[in-house]
Amino acid sequence: MKRLFIFTLFVIIFFTNFNQAYSISPDVFIQSTVNRASQILSRDLSKEEKIKQLKIIAKETVDIRGVGFYSLGSARKEISNDQKNTYLDLFENYFLKSFSSRLAEYTNPEIDVKNKQILNNNYTIVNSILIATDDRPEVKIDWRVYTKNPDNPLIRDLIIEGLSLARTQKEEFASILNSNDGDINALFKILEKFSNN
Amino acid sequence: MIRFLKIIFLLIFITSNALAGSDGDLKLSNKSKSTKDCFEPLNRATFALNQGLDKAVLKPVAKGYRSLPAPIKRGTGNVLNNLSTLITIPNNVLQGDIKLAAINTGRLVVNTTIGILGIFDPASEMGFPKYVKEDYGQTLGAWGVGPGCYLVLPVLGPSSIRDTAGMFVNVMGGDPYYNISVNGNNEYLDGKFFAATKMLSGVEFRANNIESLDNLETNSVDFYASVKSLYTQDRENKIKNIQRGSIEVIYNEDGDWEEIDTK
Repeated sequence: MKRLFIFTLFVIIFFTNFNQAYSISPDVFIQSTVNRASQILSRDLSKEEKIKQLKIIAKETVDIRGVGFYSLGSARKEISNDQKNTYLDLFENYFLKSFSSRLAEYTNPEIDVKNKQILNNNYTIVNSILIATDDRPEVKIDWRVYTKNPDNPLIRDLIIEGLSLARTQKEEFASILNSNDGDINALFKILEKFSNN
Repeated sequence: MIRFLKIIFLLIFITSNALAGSDGDLKLSNKSKSTKDCFEPLNRATFALNQGLDKAVLKPVAKGYRSLPAPIKRGTGNVLNNLSTLITIPNNVLQGDIKLAAINTGRLVVNTTIGILGIFDPASEMGFPKYVKEDYGQTLGAWGVGPGCYLVLPVLGPSSIRDTAGMFVNVMGGDPYYNISVNGNNEYLDGKFFAATKMLSGVEFRANNIESLDNLETNSVDFYASVKSLYTQDRENKIKNIQRGSIEVIYNEDGDWEEIDTK
């Protein structure tokens, strides 16, 4: 009886810890992500090496597929599955280059996570502050974290001082499509050109 | 007083024209009104012209400004902010925020006197609430006027029909600083002085955004569209008086994100 009790207790403790170990709170996830990025940016590395390492972090922590479909707006409903696959490949290359190049400009940015607000089961907004330096004031950065799978939260948007990067990107793509009579191939060419430059 | 009544009449005239035939939707809807790009080819050409002017004149001047000692830059920023309260106060009143108008009037008095013409900001040190600028474009927006078409103005940059109309209100008597300097017939201020302060505002803005605009340009596939989007988002936030980065901004965009989840 005693053995059975100890075994049951062991099983309960094991699975409780197992769940805790693999489920990560969105604010902790963001703080650990920015700490990882900050470490890379503060190290004495070449810009190319920093970009390479930032791309690895972005691949692990950003829902590139979700951001890609969001950025495409209503056009995502009008393209074929083959075109969707082509777009997602091109978008990933574009996104990783654009995102990591933007971050690589900063040296040792200090970001403090302040708060989190749960919107629904799918989304939590994490509020953070980019600490002011002599050259720039304090900047508010909010992170839209996709939490449908709580064990694997992913970033879907950065809202800097109320300005959404995902929305900006979506409107940029919409403008390109409008200027080219909705031709998705024109967007493909521009994304390809950007990634290859 | 007559001038103030003229401004109110002008704003009501613009508002009633903008809302004509709207069947009340504009007033009742909380959704953001999209900014159409009716003049895109012309806007893109003006944008290219502005970029040329920026590279040749504004950016080098802004870089020079940035190399000035920090106290001079801080003092200049304070003076420009103090002057802008002259436009903010009537707009606080027009938006029905009398308490904020009184607070900003107090701020103006304190900073202009104790702060030596606004060079210093003792009001903030005395615990006045954080200063938020308002203009006539924002007041029109708060009254329910949509942005109308997007406009890129030569030299002045991104705007909209509504915000340009708001700027006209400034020179038609809505900006006390303009009235005193341009129409005041006084020996200390004139039109050139007014123009110089406006240019200084532009230089200060550019100096504060050198890296962010460079970064945006390098990493955009359509820089014109990026600037348009950021301008539109910023104006939406300001009109709703939403504190930047607040949850309300984020909720506004939720519909599109939820749709992604069903795919």
